[in-house]
Amino acid sequence: MTTATGAAALVEQQTMASGTGPGRPLRLYHPLTPYLLCAPYIVLLLMFVLGPGVFGIWVSLHDWDFMLPEKPFIGMDNYVALFDPQSVIYEQFWHGMKATTIFTVASVPFLVIIPLLVAMLLNRKFRFRAVFRAMIFAPFVLGIAVVGVLFNYLLDTQFGLINYIIGLVGIPAIAWTQTQPAAWVGLVGMTVWWTMGFNTIIYMAGLQDIPGEQYEAGELDGAGRWGSFLHITLPGLRNVLVFIVTTTVLASANMFGQSYLVTNGGPGDSTRTAIMVMTQEGLRSFKMGTASAMSYMLAIFLGIVSFIIFFLMRERTPKR
Amino acid sequence: MSTSTSTSTPTATAAVQPAKRHRTYHRDRNGPIFWVGMVILALVFIVPILWMYLTAFRTQADTRQVPLNIIPEELTLDAFRVIFSDATNPVLIWAVNSVVAATLHSVIVLVVASMAAYALARMPFKGRGMVFAVIIATLFVPGFIFLMPNYLLMSSLGWLDTVLALAVPTAAGAFSVFFLRQFFLALPRELEESALIDGANTWQILTRIILPVSKSALITLGMLSFLTNWNEFVWPVFVLFSPERLTLPAGLSSLNGAFDTNYPVVMAGATIASVPVLILYVFVQRYIIEGVATSGLKG
Repeated sequence: MTTATGAAALVEQQTMASGTGPGRPLRLYHPLTPYLLCAPYIVLLLMFVLGPGVFGIWVSLHDWDFMLPEKPFIGMDNYVALFDPQSVIYEQFWHGMKATTIFTVASVPFLVIIPLLVAMLLNRKFRFRAVFRAMIFAPFVLGIAVVGVLFNYLLDTQFGLINYIIGLVGIPAIAWTQTQPAAWVGLVGMTVWWTMGFNTIIYMAGLQDIPGEQYEAGELDGAGRWGSFLHITLPGLRNVLVFIVTTTVLASANMFGQSYLVTNGGPGDSTRTAIMVMTQEGLRSFKMGTASAMSYMLAIFLGIVSFIIFFLMRERTPKR
Repeated sequence: MSTSTSTSTPTATAAVQPAKRHRTYHRDRNGPIFWVGMVILALVFIVPILWMYLTAFRTQADTRQVPLNIIPEELTLDAFRVIFSDATNPVLIWAVNSVVAATLHSVIVLVVASMAAYALARMPFKGRGMVFAVIIATLFVPGFIFLMPNYLLMSSLGWLDTVLALAVPTAAGAFSVFFLRQFFLALPRELEESALIDGANTWQILTRIILPVSKSALITLGMLSFLTNWNEFVWPVFVLFSPERLTLPAGLSSLNGAFDTNYPVVMAGATIASVPVLILYVFVQRYIIEGVATSGLKG
């Protein structure tokens, strides 16, 4: 609707301005044309992103059981329940939040550091570089369903390849999916295997944007490898690092498939992540109101975490 | 941006890149330790994938030996026979569903995003800044926010358990418009101006001039959209339920539950789900990797 009124206003403006008078940029299109070109996308955006984003808040303010005809308005009760230790959902929600936090804290350092080292290796000049790069990225194109069932097999205590390989160096078989902390190690490991190619590619692009002259100047000033890494590479990658840390935290917080397919939330409920709790509540038990409230709470937490990351990583710039 | 514009054709990229990435500071030769390290690294990524394919051609008994039998006793198509004849897990129908959903999704993304991106890149109009700001803002909203409301929306549209639920809602993603807009902005304006003088209208300029010269960006976006949709997991697991309506990822989850001790069968399913995308990847990996690199550089 706003689009239509905006268009009308523009038509008025452009009836005077249209034409190709001298000094005017060529604009031989109808004033409505840009709106028509944008319209299909804007319809999609309103229907499936902006509309649902607002509708979800509305749902979260109701006792919205998908299976019941009555969906009474209950104000902030769904949110209050998430913070009330007496409520049924409190335990589950915070358990999920805890599992997601453990996973995020355990996986992000590996997903930030290992890809950087690999990207620096791949940034050298050597034969078959593109082939190695393609191999490291390959798992990422597989998708979590394939990676999940594959690791469900690889991590099998008796028949899995991973226990076989660690057995070769004398490590006894590990019950990857039945014990902790082995389950977290397995889930973090498979996630690093699956997604590190993505971060590696981004780092490589960032490394290539650092001018070679800076390294030459560093060499002249007597900086060693470590010195040039610390004073040229890292500062040069600042924006890339912020991007990588933020997207990796967000991706880890979205963790679902690994637990769903490999550990099924176990052992016990230890790897049942926030998204698992939320989807179970909303899309299996159809308690949409509670689940929507959870999703907004998780989004707010992630917003705060992203802000902290931005703040921490920005702050150092003036000091240098 | 310069990364994506340089990918006019795969061969051109191959020829141009070594020169472009010339680095004087890495002149040192790479010793044997480097190569051993690289090969081990590559094996870590490739062996599990090969293991999946090898297992798909083994017998169930062969995979259940202690200690593990690395070299198969015999190669067989048993696992594929099982999944092709299992009515509750119709893998071939899942594959068709996956192809249909991912293709439909990519086509919608390409058509809708290129139109919007062209207007946003080239046509000053009232509200453009706001539209673009909203698009950028949605890039930062986590996707799980939309699970519940979009499920309810699918339900009222009658799209639950259909391919439309998979192909359409995610086409509203902001990345595609952002990506193409950046590409269009980098194109020289002279291209369009000469066409304008020749009397071409906007639609002709877009379809006959802009889109053909943007082939590399469109291929990249098309491939990324196809892959993303093909691999989609959380959403199809919940919005699809009939066995004959599932896509491969959702189906694999069901197969994994039904055959939890029969690894060759599950790996055969995983093979069918992964071989098409890996073949696609081998052919267009430059587009995919450059596309991903570009997506990161926006940050």
